[in-house]
Amino acid sequence: MPNRYPGLEAATRNVAEALGIDLLDIEGASCCPPPGVVKSFHRPTWLAIAARNLSLAEALNADATTLCSGCYGTLKDANILLKKDAAMREKVNKILHDYNREFHGTINVKHIVEVLYRDFGVEKLKNFVKKPLNLKVAVHYGCHLLKPTEYRTGESAERPKLLDELVEVLGARSIPYRDKMMCCGAGGGLKSSSPDVSIDMAKEKLENIKKAGADCIVTPCSFCHLQFDRGQIDVAKQLGVTYDLPVLHYVQLLGLALALDPEKLGLYSNAIPADPILKKL
Amino acid sequence: MTKPQKNTMQLDELDNNFAKAIAKAGGEKINLCIQCGTCSASCPSGRRTAFRTRQLIRRAMLGFRDETLSDKDLWLCTTCFTCLERCPRGVDPTDVILALRNMAVEAGHMLDQHKRVAGYFVKYGHAIPINEETRKRRANLGLKEIPPTTHKHKKALDEVQDITKKTGFDKLIGFKWEKGKK
Repeated sequence: MPNRYPGLEAATRNVAEALGIDLLDIEGASCCPPPGVVKSFHRPTWLAIAARNLSLAEALNADATTLCSGCYGTLKDANILLKKDAAMREKVNKILHDYNREFHGTINVKHIVEVLYRDFGVEKLKNFVKKPLNLKVAVHYGCHLLKPTEYRTGESAERPKLLDELVEVLGARSIPYRDKMMCCGAGGGLKSSSPDVSIDMAKEKLENIKKAGADCIVTPCSFCHLQFDRGQIDVAKQLGVTYDLPVLHYVQLLGLALALDPEKLGLYSNAIPADPILKKL
Repeated sequence: MTKPQKNTMQLDELDNNFAKAIAKAGGEKINLCIQCGTCSASCPSGRRTAFRTRQLIRRAMLGFRDETLSDKDLWLCTTCFTCLERCPRGVDPTDVILALRNMAVEAGHMLDQHKRVAGYFVKYGHAIPINEETRKRRANLGLKEIPPTTHKHKKALDEVQDITKKTGFDKLIGFKWEKGKK
């Protein structure tokens, strides 16, 4: 995320500041690592690297948060697995001890959307809205924010509400569209292994969203964001179809409602210009 | 002349221990499958390709080890977990697929594109490393040009690389250290 969409990092830092949320950097963190690829290749490596990242967050004595559902999936799953399985924990700690680190299981992992919805709270968020957004929003939940539900926080995987509520509290309308809960097509290593299949999935969603008359797409994940934002350029090039649908991460949408400068929200570093929605506001 | 295609299998060509091995590798509940097909019906990838989760699981249960592990369709799953949520038997098909993928990589069936991404991870600690353009964009956005990650901390990168050696990940993906290390 810091290397692909630094605009989302900027948006998160500025939004957190406006809301009075203190963010600490996990100095020396690595890639989470990606669940779709590294976990697909070698689970023990996936777990050891995730444990290292978690141990760095533990040392800060703070819960870990992320704005990518892939990172969230890795850190959340690894945190739960290592907390409940002593043998697995011991194995991983044997590796970490060589660097004077240890996984203790003292923190929780929360997606930024969860932090806003559960810890900060929708009601409180309402009080911070300076500029209600007159927009029709297609909410894309993506997969790893909600699934596997056993390792998540009790939200339905088929009919979730949290992101719709978070969007609507900003004055925007979350519109229904066909196959809303479908995957964006980027995950599981598919974007690198079969870009044609991956982009075909994105196209199907874009098509459904366009038909429903949305002003923009809102996602909770930087990888879904990439898939729909830069993906529209690929769809235009390869399949000759244009949608001109601005794609916003939820923190960017929130930033607009807080009346923050679009530039500080990284809205000008998206591939698809956000101008149509900025004009509408 | 092309040889006629073989359409029969001898039982002794099948690996009877394959399902057990999958269970051990993380697909613990594969044997609960009753072939109802809810997984295939829920699969967004199968909607547009020949990928069939039900077939994959059936073949694996029957012991078609090599056919299953070398099949490129194994890599068409986006790990969306829809099948895992809907499976009436709690087979956790996504976990079976991840176990099969780990076994496929072990057996040498790793895709070149994936080797490249995995190589970036070993080399930089990031599956997608930073480049000049992003550094400039970060600075323009008021961010630190280099993120506070393995990109900034050499010692952190050393640790991550060392872990990949300890777990054997570097060898598994065929990472060339002399070429990879800066």
